[in-house]
Amino acid sequence: MGAPGQPAGHTRHMHVTREHLVGISGDLTALTAPEARDLLVRRQISATELAHAVLGQIERTESQVRSFITVTADEALAQARAADVALGGSDPGATPPLTGIPVALKDLFCTTGVQTTAGSRILEGFIPPYDATVVARLRAAGAVFVGKANMDEFAMGSSTENSGYHPTHNPWDVSRVPGGSSGGSAAAVSAGQAILSLGTDTGGSIRQPASLCSVTGLKPTYGRVSRYGVVAFASSLDQVGPFSIGVEGSAMVLQAIAGADPMDATTAPFAVPDYRSTIRDGVKGLRIGVPAEYFTAGMEPDVERLVREAIQTLTSLGATVHPVSLPYSEHGLATYYIIAPAEASSNLSRYNGIKYGLAALDEVDMTRAMDATRQRGFGNEPKRRIMLGTYALSSGYYDAYYRKAQQVRTLIKADFDNAFASVDVIASPVSPTVAFKMGARTDDPLAMYLSDVCTIPVNVAGLPGISVPCGFDHQGLPVGLQLIGKAFDEATLFRAAFAYEEATSFHRQRPPLAEQADSEASVNQAAMGAGNAAGGPQRAPHA
Amino acid sequence: MNLTPEDVDHVATLARLGITAEDRSRFAEQLSDVLEHFRALHALDTTGISPTAQVFNIHSVMRDDVARPSLPREQVLANAPRQEDGFFRVQAVLET
Repeated sequence: MGAPGQPAGHTRHMHVTREHLVGISGDLTALTAPEARDLLVRRQISATELAHAVLGQIERTESQVRSFITVTADEALAQARAADVALGGSDPGATPPLTGIPVALKDLFCTTGVQTTAGSRILEGFIPPYDATVVARLRAAGAVFVGKANMDEFAMGSSTENSGYHPTHNPWDVSRVPGGSSGGSAAAVSAGQAILSLGTDTGGSIRQPASLCSVTGLKPTYGRVSRYGVVAFASSLDQVGPFSIGVEGSAMVLQAIAGADPMDATTAPFAVPDYRSTIRDGVKGLRIGVPAEYFTAGMEPDVERLVREAIQTLTSLGATVHPVSLPYSEHGLATYYIIAPAEASSNLSRYNGIKYGLAALDEVDMTRAMDATRQRGFGNEPKRRIMLGTYALSSGYYDAYYRKAQQVRTLIKADFDNAFASVDVIASPVSPTVAFKMGARTDDPLAMYLSDVCTIPVNVAGLPGISVPCGFDHQGLPVGLQLIGKAFDEATLFRAAFAYEEATSFHRQRPPLAEQADSEASVNQAAMGAGNAAGGPQRAPHA
Repeated sequence: MNLTPEDVDHVATLARLGITAEDRSRFAEQLSDVLEHFRALHALDTTGISPTAQVFNIHSVMRDDVARPSLPREQVLANAPRQEDGFFRVQAVLET
């Protein structure tokens, strides 16, 4: 947690002062969540200032990045004012842990009174009458909601190009995709448009965009976080998780949202550990498994090199490396693309123009109205998956496809169980490639599906996985390291990922687009006499 | 595995999904490609392997059967494309 502009791990400023911060960059949008919390509690900054900073960053950068479907500026400022009242009390340290911290929500979390589209035109105008459990929990934790982030329609996609509204651009290179399906959530945090965000991960939809945008993203264990009020895609795979700059922010979010929920019977009745109490325990003696099957053909050489260097860094910190084998993972993609569409075809049957959303009111016959509603409201990818899933479940094909895939799922999970008998975490790439050009894979569904080849088996097995920035390729594009954990052992993932980021500085590098906005802000602040804007944040990527 | 345009029509009917002639040929081609790629699964011997529907063995979560307040009717109907007398209104199902 070194200050921006200094190599992390060199000196650590647990208590950054406002003056120090302003002297460095003048930009509150570069703060990590724990830094923001520290400054808020010590009243060095106000929640209102912080909200204005991220909303200003949205105003400056959104035309290039387009992270959001809806920006809720008025609501954010009202929540920030309430946070400032709480923080102005006699014991600001006793306020809930995310008080005044700006958070972006993927647009599939139901938010009372705020449109929730799941990236689909079929839900345009849908105003939920209730909060998803994760939204209610973040609200109770004091979070300030800045907006609803863009996504691939119904979370189906790996590039956020499948949004029914507009594509999102990668802040590191706006001609490239941010990954998906939680591309808006990843891009928002990367560009400083929010300090934290929430996404969902069904086959890699948090980890892959985190990797492509150089932020931290966690997919928790299946059952760790409630899905009540989350628009469903594939119910045996979907899981909610955080994005942040730095690992600790993700730990703060998981702490707030994890745990059993009577409204979601698939949540596990296990106690939630205090993640930050063990995050600094280091990796001495940690056993890291490296599966040869995850370093395969089609992987870009820079990706493989940087991931192997990251594993080497963990070794230098005291971890040990062990080869493990996950032979059935090569069938993960096929297994997933039968199970996920099958579940999706069932989940998406509710969009029929009766209870909410788009309706073909011009049709007088009910079945024709349903056909027309779904034809007009769904984009190509949901249609493809509904077709694929319906086919896999249809009479005569069920055993050949769906049952077969569920059996292979058993084998994929057994591989992980075997590996975890002798290691504590498994390390691999997140995505076989860096961010690809927009449009490059839109006409080839199979090529798009291959984006998730390293992340999908983790969902199939229900395990937690985290993506942390581990460097930049020869073009300056981000690469992520994936750490996979045992079921319900997110604490070890946080500990390993935190040790890694403390030893490196990749997570501190910001996309030039966010920095350009910074220097404008710095100049303004300097002109107002707020401090010397010399220095500037570390320019990325370094050589 | 080749999906014919007729197969696509049949599946679209099952899924209550209106499709155009263009969709029909495009989906036939794209879905055939995807299914072809997944053929490798058929070669795996899964004799005696039980299917996994849900990864962790959390079964039959029970709660007390106690009535609780639910959302007010007007809130539930607020998003309905059409409503009448406190109900969702739908198109005719039977011919009159």
